[in-house]
Amino acid sequence: MAIPWGSRGLGFAAIAVGVCAALVALPPVGTRSPALPIAFGLLAIALGLTFWLVRGERRIGGYAIAAGIVGLLIGYFATRSSTTKLDTVVVWGALFAAMLRYATPLAFAAIGGLFSERSGVVNIGLEGMMLMGAFFAVWGSDVTGSWALGVLIALAAGGLTGLLHAVFSISLRSDQIVGGTAINFLALGITSYLFFKLYGSQGSPSDLSTIPDVHLSFLGHGLIGDVFGKLNLMIWVAIALVFVTWIVVFKTPIGLRIRACGEHPRAADTVGIDVYAVRYGAVILSGILAGAGGAFLSIGLGSAFTENMTAGRGFIALAALIFGGWRPFGTAAACLLFGFSSALGVNLQAYSTSISTLFTALPYLLTLVAVAGVIGRTIPPAADGIPYKKQ
Amino acid sequence: MLLTTGSVGDTLKTYRAIFRGAGLDWFFDVGSHSIGLPFSDGRIWFPWNTDDITSQAASNLQQTLLLWTALVLTGLAVAFAFRCGLFNIGGNGQYLSGAIAAVLISTELPKVVNLPGLLLIVVSILGAMLAGAALAGLAGLLKGTVGAHEVITTIMLNWIVVWVGSYLFNVGGPLQTSGGAGAVPSSADVPDKAHLHTFWGDPLLQGLHIGFFISSAALVVYSLVLNRTTLGYEVRAVGHNPEAARYGGINVPRNYFLAMAIAGLFAGLAGSLDILGWQYRVDITTIQGTNIGFIGIAVALLGRNTAVGVGLSALLFAALQTGTASRNLDPTIFAPGVGGSLAVIIQGLVVLFVGADVLILVMLGWLRRGRSRRAPA
Repeated sequence: MAIPWGSRGLGFAAIAVGVCAALVALPPVGTRSPALPIAFGLLAIALGLTFWLVRGERRIGGYAIAAGIVGLLIGYFATRSSTTKLDTVVVWGALFAAMLRYATPLAFAAIGGLFSERSGVVNIGLEGMMLMGAFFAVWGSDVTGSWALGVLIALAAGGLTGLLHAVFSISLRSDQIVGGTAINFLALGITSYLFFKLYGSQGSPSDLSTIPDVHLSFLGHGLIGDVFGKLNLMIWVAIALVFVTWIVVFKTPIGLRIRACGEHPRAADTVGIDVYAVRYGAVILSGILAGAGGAFLSIGLGSAFTENMTAGRGFIALAALIFGGWRPFGTAAACLLFGFSSALGVNLQAYSTSISTLFTALPYLLTLVAVAGVIGRTIPPAADGIPYKKQ
Repeated sequence: MLLTTGSVGDTLKTYRAIFRGAGLDWFFDVGSHSIGLPFSDGRIWFPWNTDDITSQAASNLQQTLLLWTALVLTGLAVAFAFRCGLFNIGGNGQYLSGAIAAVLISTELPKVVNLPGLLLIVVSILGAMLAGAALAGLAGLLKGTVGAHEVITTIMLNWIVVWVGSYLFNVGGPLQTSGGAGAVPSSADVPDKAHLHTFWGDPLLQGLHIGFFISSAALVVYSLVLNRTTLGYEVRAVGHNPEAARYGGINVPRNYFLAMAIAGLFAGLAGSLDILGWQYRVDITTIQGTNIGFIGIAVALLGRNTAVGVGLSALLFAALQTGTASRNLDPTIFAPGVGGSLAVIIQGLVVLFVGADVLILVMLGWLRRGRSRRAPA
């Protein structure tokens, strides 16, 4: 391409126009005429289509079209809705803070999945690893009386679950998807069993030590302050994790080795990389990170464990990973998108509970559309899911 | 398994409790009884007492066989896709879409045309099968055309069905009926004439319905389609090696679609049988809490994807599930609530070890090495 950044930059601008279609109709702008969002939406669709057809930027063009359509719809319905309801639903500071809260457990698990899948091991067991982390964080925090030790125990539990997956999928070369499914069963059974056994019908102990929030009062009470002023420690860790992951995976020799094992393990083996060791490390790390996500769920977001409390978040994390094209920033963006749709879904209850329920299906639908190749094709690491046998 | 039960109590006692809970001790009461012949008044000799419909053992066994009826079908849904090399993890969604379709057709259709009961049942079941097939077929289609991995698409479809179903039937949903306060939000009730006949037990207490025979027939159909038809041959060929199959002139994408669609037929059928047979409505706890499609994975894996295997392993898992359900267990042996998780752990272990063929090879290797060390030849 002659002007690589020009083309993509314009594509991103088209996406921004699509977002504007929704923004103009929402507070604080809050235009009441439907013409403006429609105009912005159509403009975004036209620009996206142009990039798709003229520049061959199918992915970004596709996203611009999608942003245009969604923005147009949101903007249009917002102009039809009453202003008081809009003001209760769209409180940007609270929405963004909630988005970060919902996205964090997903991000931990999805980044974990990224390491595992980049090294060539499919990890359907993220859900189970999160669940183990969630339970053992509560147990650890209860027994030791310290949230930090609770989180450490959760990491260890997640890591051990990852090790189990690694033994079966790497050393025993069993089907990785079957193994992951087994992990999910096992984790659900073990955590529910232990929870009943240890805490009976009383539920989680009430005086759990939980992960603290980080108060940044100097940020004041503007939008920035509302969003970032009082975030849980784990959210900051997750944000840092995304950047660290990008550096590790794409800028260090270790990352190169991990990616080599996921793309062409035979070649990696030939140049002296221990494929088994790399894969073991990556899968165990994915368990540890998923465990961290689970710990955030149980003693960060709340202070209790309930049976099957992850409720499919491991699978959404997997979806975010695929949606993000197995890249750290793409995955983080997908997590934020899913987090935002969760946050918005909760707020939409102001309109009606059932609409809010229907909205919950959106991330899954988006992922389905993404993997269906409507918006560019998502290409996994070449050796993802294929057991490697040393010669 | 021993490890987990060991802490609960005496292992033997535990097994016995599960066995009793599953109602399998019903078979021990062998005597001279008789059973009514279908479609006639005649009775013939039968070793077990089928007139006993209310004893603890009989009702537990009815529960087990009810679950068997559904598990066979969700097991076949996984197994059929497996034979084509596909991992159908979407049994849950296909089961639910079948259940939802069965409820919708059997409650809405009588408002339009007045069909006789049998026809209504047939139409509801067919509609449910098609709903399951459509959902699974979509995943197969995406796999065949754009190469989207079926595991991802079926998981996503599962959740889409769960949330759309929750939207439809939860409080305030368009299809939720105004039930009594405090009740679980659910759909309208299936009219009486669309209920499947209960041939053993009390229909109001979840007796065994004729879907049991439909499931048994499905096992035969599965075996015949897979082993005696061109379609089955092609599906197995693709499952063995898609590249070789393509080279041999088999349309691989078409088989991906068909295999998934047929798998969806089985799962959709399971949903409709449960609705028309004993649930008579679809409620929000079923939609959000069912894991029958996931147990189907364990059933298919343990049954090695054969008809006989699926039938037997479905019986094992149905007995395990019913036997560990809190209401069937002796509370002095099991703390209530623990039993269910135990069944889940066992399912997990089965899936884990059945998936690991190499484990056996490795262990054989250890044996051989141990032997050669002892007696160097």
